[in-house]
Amino acid sequence: MSIRIDRNKCIGCGRCSDACPGNLLWLDKENKAFIKDVRDCWGCTSCLKACPVTAISFYLGADIGGCGSQMTVERNGFIYNWRIKTPDGGEKVISVDSRNSNAY
Amino acid sequence: MKISDIKIEKLNTDVLIIGGGTAGCYAASYIGENSGYKVIVAEKADIKRSGCLAAGVNALNAYISDGHTPGDYVEYARKDAEGIVRDDLLLTIAEKVNAVTHDLEKKGLVILKDRDGNYVTRGWRNVKINGENIKPILAENVCRQKNVKVINHINITDLKKSGDSVTGAYGFSVREKKFFEIDASAVIIATGGAAGLYRPNNPGFSRHKMWYPPFNTGAGYAMGIRAGAEMTTLENRFVALRCKDTIAPTGTIAQGVHAKQVNSDGEVYETKYGLTTPERIYGTVEEKRAGRGPCYLKTKGISKEAESDLYKAYLNMAPSQTLKWIESGRGPSEDNVEIDGTEPYVVGGHTAGGFWVDTGRRTTVKGLYAAGDVAGGAPQKYVTGALAEGEIAAKTVISDLENSKPSDNLKSADIFKSYLDHFNRTDSTITCEQAEEAMQKTMDEYAGGIGSDYRYNEAGLKIAERRIEEIEKLAGRLRADDMYDLLKIFELKDRLTVCRALIAHLSARKETRWHIFGENADHPVQDAKFLCYVNSVLKDKKIKVIYRPLVKRSGYLHSEAQEMEADT
Repeated sequence: MSIRIDRNKCIGCGRCSDACPGNLLWLDKENKAFIKDVRDCWGCTSCLKACPVTAISFYLGADIGGCGSQMTVERNGFIYNWRIKTPDGGEKVISVDSRNSNAY
Repeated sequence: MKISDIKIEKLNTDVLIIGGGTAGCYAASYIGENSGYKVIVAEKADIKRSGCLAAGVNALNAYISDGHTPGDYVEYARKDAEGIVRDDLLLTIAEKVNAVTHDLEKKGLVILKDRDGNYVTRGWRNVKINGENIKPILAENVCRQKNVKVINHINITDLKKSGDSVTGAYGFSVREKKFFEIDASAVIIATGGAAGLYRPNNPGFSRHKMWYPPFNTGAGYAMGIRAGAEMTTLENRFVALRCKDTIAPTGTIAQGVHAKQVNSDGEVYETKYGLTTPERIYGTVEEKRAGRGPCYLKTKGISKEAESDLYKAYLNMAPSQTLKWIESGRGPSEDNVEIDGTEPYVVGGHTAGGFWVDTGRRTTVKGLYAAGDVAGGAPQKYVTGALAEGEIAAKTVISDLENSKPSDNLKSADIFKSYLDHFNRTDSTITCEQAEEAMQKTMDEYAGGIGSDYRYNEAGLKIAERRIEEIEKLAGRLRADDMYDLLKIFELKDRLTVCRALIAHLSARKETRWHIFGENADHPVQDAKFLCYVNSVLKDKKIKVIYRPLVKRSGYLHSEAQEMEADT
């Protein structure tokens, strides 16, 4: 599992780099964020939540069942909108209200 | 690279807290709110999302509901650990877990309540929450304290000692060419436990998809061991029962939708082996060994509504599991969820391995205190217990601070030279990644990893001991090209130090006290002689084992320490 950074969307603010608990995210010479080694990501999604322009998506490696889908998260007030795009063009959005506790 | 190429920053503070995770943040807040002492929090990443709580947490697993007492919690934890716990530590934690929960709620944590405003509990010691933002809540409170300075992205490698006391620490910036020397009257170590000692469940691309943060290297144990601090019960490793591949929590499913553990024949096997965590994993391993794997949580047939609630719950703590369900097109209502045990970890918040502390959380080295997963003797502390322990350590520090600050023993020049050396090594065929792989392979094969169904014996441990020593020598010769490389090398060195101590502990407990956590193939059953603690200290470069009798409930001081015969 790991993350992918869309260079075209990245604004070089460095917030993902600050947030990563593993010091994995850095800014390159063109001031774009990159991940040192995709295999070192824990999958905590802290960087997705820190990114102000939704430039980071999250995916599962093929070794744990990944089939090419990508997930992003956008915050709208108290609501987190998790968007999953499948390689065949499908899309599913799950909204989680941060004011609500887990049901389980 | 020469020392003149490096910026040296010298800092001075009353209290240095190493590690700004759950316990470290709470200790910092407590000192900030209750005293005028200056505090520095040294954090390897950024306290906003560092440590165990980065992704969130599914519930608070230590909250005592009406009708139960802190004493009940001690009983539960002692029974679960087959007697090898410190009652005094557990009790002081249990007395505080409800207060810290209420404090977290006040600070913004969402906790599920019924119509009358009472918490909705899961069992008698668990409350349901939305734990996605628990770490930012803790971090924001630290940043509000005027006398607390947070230094993010700094890796502390060694404690500074003066005679027998700890008087600060050394480290380096993870981002720029800068070394740190921090003087402090008291040091609280709160670096968490150790992951990545063993080969992980997914050794390839998803090698860091593990239960415990892969960035928690056991640095605190390693620094403590090197500084001569006593460790306890490292052999009580922790292994979690998880959703296979994603290594996401299973408790949410097992307790949330009451899913039972079933084997490939559909037979419920959990009742056959018992319901404690090690028994649940032991059962899973045994069923697989008997050819009745894979094993599952039986979720097939749950309602679509329950399925949707599970999707949301996992997004709040382990988003990969929700992604996996959606991506495969088959959710838990259609397919049972496959489960497996993880690789072993050393983690004092779940099992009991860590620093040997007194009731006030003083370690055996003067000036050094421990809290959270790095502190031993008190399993099942979880998030609220780690917070409680941060507060206890902070209180002790405040009462102990007397400001005697003698001069330095471990010279900063030596430490800084050990950093610089790695930049000046010539390229070798061995990389840090290879050395880490070698360590994990050794631990997996000879010290009871997943590959050996968690079993080990003396013959294998001897090989592990020799290999780890060889890899330690290798690690000293690794080359760094930037500060991140240096970080990786020191993380490896810390893990190797923990491995050495762990191997000595596994070997010293000549019984199987706990299935899975300590599965000694030479001694496959419990032995009443070992109803004692296995402790250790580093002396003359060797790990020396000390057996200590069980400590009973009351304020324990290191001056009361008793030793048992070595032929136990």
